[in-house]
Amino acid sequence: MVVQIPEMDFGWIIPEIVVTVFAIATLLLTLFRKKNGTWLLVEAMPLIGAILALYYTFQLWNGNLDIFNNLYTIDNFGTFFKGLVLVILILVTLLSYRYVDREDMVRGEYYALLLFGTLGMMIMVSSNNFITIFIGLELMSISIYILCGLMGGNAKSVEASLKYFLLGAFATAFLLYGIALIYGTTGMLDIREVAGYVNSGRFMVTPTFMAGLALLIVGFGFKTASVPFHMWTPDVYEGAPTSITAYMATGVKAAAFGAFLRVLFTAFHPFFPGWTVMLWILAVATMTLGNLTALRQNDVKRMLAYSSIAHAGYILIAMTVGDRTLSSTVLYYLLVYSFMTIGAFAVIIILGRKDFPNTAIESYAGLAGRHPVIAAAMAVFLLSLAGVPPLAGFMGKFYVLTDAIRAGYYWLAVIGVLNSVVAAYYYLRVIMYMYFKEPETEIGIPDISLGSTLAIAISVVAVFYLGIFPRLLLMIAHKSANIFM
Amino acid sequence: MNMTYPLLSVLIFLPLAGAIVVMLLPRNNPQLARGLTLVWTIIEFALSLPLFFSFDETTAAMQFTEHTSWFPELGISYNLGIDGLSMLLVLLTTFLTVICVLASWDAIKDKVKEYFISFLILEAALVGALCALDLILFYIFWELMLVPMYLLIGVWGGPRRIYAAIKFFLFTMAGSVLMLLAIMALYFHYGAESGSYTFNVLELYKANIPLKMQYWLFAAFALSFAIKVPMFPFHTWLPDAHTEAPTAGSVILAGVMLKMGTYGFMRFAVPLFPQAAFAAAPIISILALIGIVYGAIMCIMQSDLKRLIAYSSVSHLGYVMLGLFAFNMQGLEGGIYQMLNHGISTGGLFLAVGMIYERRHTRMISEFGGLARTMPKFAVFFLIITLSSIALPGTNGFVGEFLILLGTFRDNVTFGVIATTGVVLGAVYMLWMFQRVMYGEIKKEENLKLKDVSKREATILVLIVFFIFFMGLYSQPFFKKMDVSATNYLQYIHAKAEVPAVPVKAP
Repeated sequence: MVVQIPEMDFGWIIPEIVVTVFAIATLLLTLFRKKNGTWLLVEAMPLIGAILALYYTFQLWNGNLDIFNNLYTIDNFGTFFKGLVLVILILVTLLSYRYVDREDMVRGEYYALLLFGTLGMMIMVSSNNFITIFIGLELMSISIYILCGLMGGNAKSVEASLKYFLLGAFATAFLLYGIALIYGTTGMLDIREVAGYVNSGRFMVTPTFMAGLALLIVGFGFKTASVPFHMWTPDVYEGAPTSITAYMATGVKAAAFGAFLRVLFTAFHPFFPGWTVMLWILAVATMTLGNLTALRQNDVKRMLAYSSIAHAGYILIAMTVGDRTLSSTVLYYLLVYSFMTIGAFAVIIILGRKDFPNTAIESYAGLAGRHPVIAAAMAVFLLSLAGVPPLAGFMGKFYVLTDAIRAGYYWLAVIGVLNSVVAAYYYLRVIMYMYFKEPETEIGIPDISLGSTLAIAISVVAVFYLGIFPRLLLMIAHKSANIFM
Repeated sequence: MNMTYPLLSVLIFLPLAGAIVVMLLPRNNPQLARGLTLVWTIIEFALSLPLFFSFDETTAAMQFTEHTSWFPELGISYNLGIDGLSMLLVLLTTFLTVICVLASWDAIKDKVKEYFISFLILEAALVGALCALDLILFYIFWELMLVPMYLLIGVWGGPRRIYAAIKFFLFTMAGSVLMLLAIMALYFHYGAESGSYTFNVLELYKANIPLKMQYWLFAAFALSFAIKVPMFPFHTWLPDAHTEAPTAGSVILAGVMLKMGTYGFMRFAVPLFPQAAFAAAPIISILALIGIVYGAIMCIMQSDLKRLIAYSSVSHLGYVMLGLFAFNMQGLEGGIYQMLNHGISTGGLFLAVGMIYERRHTRMISEFGGLARTMPKFAVFFLIITLSSIALPGTNGFVGEFLILLGTFRDNVTFGVIATTGVVLGAVYMLWMFQRVMYGEIKKEENLKLKDVSKREATILVLIVFFIFFMGLYSQPFFKKMDVSATNYLQYIHAKAEVPAVPVKAP
């Protein structure tokens, strides 16, 4: 059989091509760089690549078609997520510049892997085919396994990398096995075909099929760091380079939720009564465990790792509700969550030193007195994470809870808000150290660079903008989620 | 009413603009920050005066309204307006803020800029919450006011400030998040019922809510407001927050922030769910009575002046709640009046205690005694404020408390009798406190050299005392402003509570 690929199709994947080209260019430029020469060109690559790809992604808006024999799909849902991961890439690149330098990480590979990882995310969210989703997921995961361990010589970093790799491989196996079972029972790999078949009436629910669905949820649950598949998260987030932690907590989570949402809401929506119970439990466990454990942390980075688990729980509330018209909430939440989380990690980065990460909460004591602007920015991010209006985090939570109430999941909503009170405690605790305590340890001058300042400034503006004027982006998210109708 | 510019928006955003301006001032000149904030808050107060003078007292409709759509798809709008129930509270806020800035003049030496920034943001949030007629807008201001207050207590507070600040934040937040859920449930119920999805309170008043649902929603709203008031048994955050907060923080906390709770009952919880409110009235009244008596007894036992005043707030706010839930004209108007009085008198008490604290750096009653000899002028002011807190005839406190008791007796004689014992206890703890602090021999040497009030302090106290007598002797203009709104409000809730609620639908 001759498989024909229309040349036209390539026009629709320009963003992916751009990212790939720039990733390869980064590697090549590193290779041919003069000894003791400048890194400027190499460092410019990911930023230019991301901005260019973002530009072309915008051009795809309202494009709606299947390409490469239905292996790849262009729709607003995918475009939204592509845009989101590219924005995340830009912010992470900005805050990486000084950090990579400071921690002596291998630069060329670092930026190339960032680009490849993003490519994986972009592929993952723009396909209706299980195999393509899986390939994207693997590309993303493998890039990040390596990125986690790039802080050479740092035992924690290597441990993080190894742990993530081993557990990640295990979870990938679950996912693949789930896909295999579904393929085995339906004979299809395209999730829309699966949906059509399931609705056709010829289909009989078999235990094998349901087992496949369950395994898929486990696989995605791992990537989104949902309880009880979260065991790797705190250690990996803590050990990985902070910029990569920010990248994992936002980019990986966004892409994984994107693919998860697409699979669940397309192929398996008819089985809503089955999986809503599972997700209900996942959501409650994720929020509660994430928040309760975060309460006990004395390390800000680790605390944010648990908080990111808890936020996955809030997103799961919106998914549990399972209303297709409301899936825009997930998109909006991921958007606001990304900005506030990257902002918080950026502050952690600039307060650190080589070999002295200064992530213990005591290091933050008296920060407001010495560096009022940094402290104020951190306070904005933390308050937003805690869901205090009029910041973006509040709006995100507001929509999540609205969904839950509208669909009648009252108890889920009540558990959600009570969790947010618990969460407020540990976010406030950092603010308390920054504002109320006198400094105990000397942390020196913060390691401020143009890149990190820019990343923090963009995040602060976004957190205010998305909180006070949520309409525009929520409408965009809404349009993106229209594919499920 | 000839409105040419959006007055309420100006009142909300002017302090925010002030906060930004103060932020840009140089750090090394605290005097500039103080002066600017003072001028700014005086302008704010001056701008708020037209609310009183051009207020149309013949209508119960919302006045000075503003309406701009914000998120039309969800029915969230920027919707402002005031009526006779809220107008005076707005004025109280702008007035007390000026007083607070004056009171913080010397007391705050550290991080002066940040202090005044917090204060201005707090003022904006308070005014915003009083003017908001959209539930989401209200909720945003309601939550927003926590942050500056948290900082005020935590940064500039006393030795146990951190504990107090966090306790304050978590208590209030725990209450309000459940209210948020109730707001959404109400929104969807009304939307399904009428086809228009909106967060506009005036619109939502029309909702017909099944009785069972009313109970749940009222409970969620009531919990949130009861924590803020604070009603017994949710009051435990208050003594800590008051004791640890800086003087001006206590003044604004007692003066305005606690009123947010009672105001919330009046504007939201009761008229939105009248049947549930009437059903819950006995429970709330009993809790209010417990608060009155318990607060008073706790006062007698306190050795710390600020803690004593904090518990007296619990007692006084119990009267307000009792008045509001008597659901008659005397009770309601007395309740509103008492809210203003409490702002003035308790605010005044905190200011007076702040003044002696600045001199002695202690608030223990046992450390004082005989202050009247060294500080004769101060003694006069302090006595007047104390008497106003006891509700001596001629002072503002008498008018409010008398009306509340009248309303309560009309509603339920037993409640009235118990509430009256609170008046007696009030006289006991306040006078005893005054006696121990001001009269008697001077036992401590430090007290011999105390300076009497400065000009700045005298200005503050004169302003407070002026309102104590003015509101006590000539209360007519104030009641005239609220009469129509109050009548209308009572007619409305009575009418609505008597209509049998939609029976619970069978599932």
